[in-house]
This record gives sequence, C-alpha cells and structure tokens, in this order.
Amino acid sequence: MEFNRSQILVCAGTGCTSSKSADVREELNKELVKNHLDNQVQIMKTGCFGLCAEGPILVIYPEGIMYHRVGKDDVKEIVEEHLIKGRIVKRLMHDSEELDEITHKIEHSDFFTKQRRVALRNCGKIDPEDINEYIAFDGYKALEKVLTTMTPQGVINVIKDSGLRGRGGGGFPAGTKWQFAADQESDQKYVVCNADEGDPGAFMDRSILEGDPNSIIEAMAISGYAIGANQGYIYVRAEYPIAIERLKIAINQAKEYGLLGDNILGLGFKFDLDMRLGAGAFVCGEETALLSSIEGKRGVPRLRPPFPAVKGLFGKPTIINNVETMANIPVIIRNGADRFKEKGTKNSTGTKVFAVGGKITNTGLVEIPMGTSLREIVYDIGGGVPNGKKFKAAQIGGPSGGCIPADNIDVKIDYDSLKEIGAMMGSGGLIIMDEDTCMVDIAKFFLQFTVDESCGKCTPCRIGNKRMLEILTKITDGRGELQDLEDLRDLAEIISETALCGLGQTAPNPVLSTLDNFYDEYLAHVVDKKCPAGSCKSLISYTIGEDCIGCTKCARVCPVSCISGEKKEQHVIDQSQCIKCGTCFDACPKDAIIRG
Amino acid sequence: MKTISELEEIRVKGLNEISMRTEREAVRVVVKMGTSGIAAGAQDVLNALLKEIKNKDLHDVYVSVTDCAIEGDLEPVVIVIDKKGKKVNYVNMTPEKVATVVEEHIVNGRAYSEYTTDVK
Repeated sequence: MEFNRSQILVCAGTGCTSSKSADVREELNKELVKNHLDNQVQIMKTGCFGLCAEGPILVIYPEGIMYHRVGKDDVKEIVEEHLIKGRIVKRLMHDSEELDEITHKIEHSDFFTKQRRVALRNCGKIDPEDINEYIAFDGYKALEKVLTTMTPQGVINVIKDSGLRGRGGGGFPAGTKWQFAADQESDQKYVVCNADEGDPGAFMDRSILEGDPNSIIEAMAISGYAIGANQGYIYVRAEYPIAIERLKIAINQAKEYGLLGDNILGLGFKFDLDMRLGAGAFVCGEETALLSSIEGKRGVPRLRPPFPAVKGLFGKPTIINNVETMANIPVIIRNGADRFKEKGTKNSTGTKVFAVGGKITNTGLVEIPMGTSLREIVYDIGGGVPNGKKFKAAQIGGPSGGCIPADNIDVKIDYDSLKEIGAMMGSGGLIIMDEDTCMVDIAKFFLQFTVDESCGKCTPCRIGNKRMLEILTKITDGRGELQDLEDLRDLAEIISETALCGLGQTAPNPVLSTLDNFYDEYLAHVVDKKCPAGSCKSLISYTIGEDCIGCTKCARVCPVSCISGEKKEQHVIDQSQCIKCGTCFDACPKDAIIRG
Repeated sequence: MKTISELEEIRVKGLNEISMRTEREAVRVVVKMGTSGIAAGAQDVLNALLKEIKNKDLHDVYVSVTDCAIEGDLEPVVIVIDKKGKKVNYVNMTPEKVATVVEEHIVNGRAYSEYTTDVK
C-alpha cells in the first residue's frame, strides 16, 4: 500500500446529495482505480461547506483547492489534469480565487474569510461517519477535561460565564437553564436536544448533524454530567433522513468506544443517548410539545410554569437545548469562556449560523460573529442581490420573525439590537428580498405556514391566525378595505399577548413587522388595488398597447381564450375573463403587452 | 471501552493521517508533471517518493504534483519546500536518487547539493 498523498473530501450533506454528489464520489473511485491511483488518493464524505448555491462541492488536499458545481462528467478531467498532471481545473473554481503557482495555496473569497466557523468547525473538514477523525480534531477532549478535572457546578459556571444564549430562537442563557435543572433534587433527570428545526428554509441544525454528529453527542454527555442526568434524547425531525443516519452511526461508534454507556472512559460516569423521531409537526419544535411527543403523547404545548428544568420529561427535571447551542459546548469547555467571549458582542457572545436564502448570490450556510452588520452579510459574504435588483428587506427568524427593511441594513445582528428594531434573531433563517417581492405576500406566506401547523389547542392561534390569513388573502386578492388593516393589527396584537406557546405568540410577527415597515404597500393593495412589487396576480392587469402587430400569438396561447382581434389588427384582452396568468405577456414578440 | 490514553493514541495517529487538512507546518514536496514531466519519467519518481515516505513512516510531509513549465533537459524536477518555506529544486531526478533526497533533506534537513544547482 503506497503513501496516501491526497485526500478528496466531497460534500455529502442533503443539499449536495440531491445534486448527485454521491455519483461524483462513485465516479472518482472508478477513475482512481482505472488510473492506478486508488492507493495514493483517498475519497471521503464530508459535511456542508456552506456555499450551497455552488454545489456539489469538493476539496482536494494537501493543496486545499475547492471545486464548485462538480458533476459526474467533470471527474475524468479532475483526475487526469489535477491528480496526474498537476494542472488545476480553473473552470471549476470560484472566480475570485488566486493561486500560488507551486504550492497552490489559495486565497479564499470573502464568503469564507469573513466567517468564523465555530459550531460548523468540523463541517467540511472531517468524515462524519468516522469517529476517529472527530477525535483527531480534539474530539472528546472536552468530555475528558470535564470528567477528570471539573465538578458539575464548575461546568455550569463556565457555560454561564461564556454568555452562551440559546441558538434555537429564544436566546435564553444556557448556563442559567442548566443551573435551574442542577438545583433540583430528583432521582432521575434528562437532557434533550431539539433537532426538530421547523422553520422553513432553515438548515443550520441539519448541517451540523450531518457534518459533525459527534459534537452533539459529546455536548450532551457534558450537559448530563453538569445537571446530574444520565439519559439523553435527541429529537430529530423525520424529514432529515441523512442526519438520522449519521447520528445512528455516530452513536454506535461512540458506544463501541465506551464514550457512551455505563462507565465512560473508565471514570465511572454513566450516560446513555437515544434518538426520537418527529413526524412532520412544526409545533413539536416547541419545547413542551416536544417533550409531550417523546412521552408518546400528541405534541401540544402546555402552560409554564412549571418550566421543564423543574418538571419536564416524564415529570422530571429536564434541559432542552438546540443543536447549534450544543455544538458550541465542547469548544467553550476546551478553550474556556474568555476565548468564546472574544467573538460577538457583550450580551450576545460567540457566533451564529445563518441559512441565507432568497434573492442573494451566495445562498447557503454562513457562521458569523454576533454583531456583524446585515450589510456585511448581504454584500460582502452574500455576494449581493443578483440581476442588478435593489435590496428591499431581509426576513429574519422565519414564521416567528420580523423583517429588516433596507433603511436598517446597518443593524448589528445580535439578540438585543434586533429586538430594538422590532425583529427577532430566531433560529437563523435569513431570507433576502428585492424590489420584486411583495411584503404583504410575504406576511401571507408565513401565516399560511403557521395556520397549517397550528396544533389547535388555544383559541388565539387556532382561530386568530386563521382570521389574519383570511384578511391577508382578501387583501392580496384585491378585495381588501381600510378597516381590514385595523382589524389585522388588532388581531395581531391580541394573539401575541394571549396565545399559549411561543409559536402562537410570535406568529403575528411577520404581519406586525410588515405593517410597521411597509404600510404604504398595504395601502396600495387596499386603496389603489395595486401591488407595487408587481407580484400579486389579482392586482395585476394586462392590457395590449399600440405596438401590437396583430400576429395573434397571444390569442393562441391564452388558456381562457379571452383575447380577440383580427390578423394584423390591434388585439384586445377581455378584462372580465382574464385570469392574469401572464402567458400572453411572455409570448408577445413585440413586448406590446403592458403589465400594471 | 477506551481509556483516556487510548483515546490520545487515536488522536495522535488520526492527526498524522489527516494533518494535510490542517494548518500544521510541514515539508512540501512537489513533483513537476505535465506531459513533458511524465514523458521524462516523473511518474516513476513520484511513485518511488511515495514508497520511500511510507517505508520511513514519515509524518507532516505533503506530496503534490504541479504543472510543468518546460524545463527541458532538467526534468524530472522535484521541489522540496521546508517548514520555513525555503525552496530547493532537485533536477534530473530518478527513482534511484529519491531515497537519498528523502534521507538527507526531508529527514535530516540538509539539502543534497549534488542533485541541485540551488545549493553550493
């Protein structure tokens, strides 16, 4: 067996897998065998690099060259040119990369250099299905440190000192939560990891689970030691099959090495970890509903107090932490609270992972220090808004969140600064919107989701959110009145004060936020019956202008046959029949059809 | 069940195997390929190099290949870059000469002047 001179890490996260990165791996292995390189070059899976818009992505070491949008058909060239002849395949690289000729040391683009990957530290660096690689990169060192040199209260003190706040959306100080549970006297306690990640478009937790599952296992064992629990549960949504598979493998490997079980590292600490799967319910991301689901009951929230830390799973003291919160634990223990606090702001320490989507060039996953401005995220890291469009707003926090309008683009992203402008950090979903996005439609979109997912237990959410959705639908259909806007605001305020759980209480946020920041758009819909962004179909009208040459193309493609006109004569759309589909607009060779 | 010291062994062994993904200082050996390099026999030199590194169980040595700016009668060329970044170009390399370069330069840290014009 010859010396392993090169390792190729191919992203095997859900995103790249759906772009067929598995085929790329298979083809690579085939080509290596064909060229007798299979004992010199190793191919392995790795986690998410974050530049998801450019997937499938792979990195070749020792040079550290990153290739983008790699397809099965590119593999032959990669092997022949890069591995055999030593010629970098420039067309597969990102534009802005600069190369040193000999060592191929590479200047990475702003997308990478402006990030600080802490929770994502191992994603893209290790094979998540090999615990030895996790161990090689300081894995389980934190657990060793905890079990050999720290008391449970000592661990809690470090986490408190670090200022780590819950990354799932609540932003509650993790150390404080652990303290509540540790202070309880009980024969049994539990630690739970919330991997339900229900926000549409969010995949931060998914990527951590797929790319670095051992970090969560280690963190949960540490948290168990800290509060006095020896049983942990990871609650993963069933829609994440790859994450579930990786966790299964990681848990089994950890058990084999005795890093989970009756006598961890021979130091007398017992900790077991099991998975529980969700089944398609957003409400089960709410902590009390989640616990109810683990108990085998229907996932519905309950009143608090008592808080789970006092009376949680099966009535016992329980801490529930988000995946990303957990991913930070080993780092804080290993390097200390002060190192952790070096990044971020005074009250929002550390970093935050965001899933950036919508109208932005570099869609994908980014991890940045708290306090980074939205402007930096959109322009420096995100690569700006494509097609020369203007940035209009950013929706942050998903269905529980608010929007940040362009005026506030210099806002520093941290828990408190966002609250001050009526927005909310949320779990990390960040949707960028441009001038073609209708803000009323955005509010409607999120409310459709919330109404669909409402568990039905409390009246404000079950009926209130539905009524808000009806009003929004009325408005976007062009049937809205001024009174509707008042009703909308009243409803939103009442629901936020009276709903039973956090999901219901924050469901009106997209509505309140858009009403506050984009009231003129609502007015346009209701008074002028126009959609300024040109998005709401019912408020668009199509008319054929004077440039019409009577070619009859539009009449022929119209699905409801509402366009009349003789050949070579001006054509006319019957507005009473028109369904505003826009097919004629796209078909006209003379751009004679006016949309407005 | 692993003890702490067994875990540490795995750590050290693992890190050696994947150190090329880290920022660890290492000796870099670059074999100039390209079509002219291959024609001159650079692939055999590469294979001999890999065998030698494997036999000596060396760590923190990264081997890669690069495209060849035609060096004509100097090929095959092997460049050794030490941990401080100093480059030495070994010319007219053959599989037989590889062992000496590995022993002298990579293991003992002294450039082998006979195979290069860079060092007096």
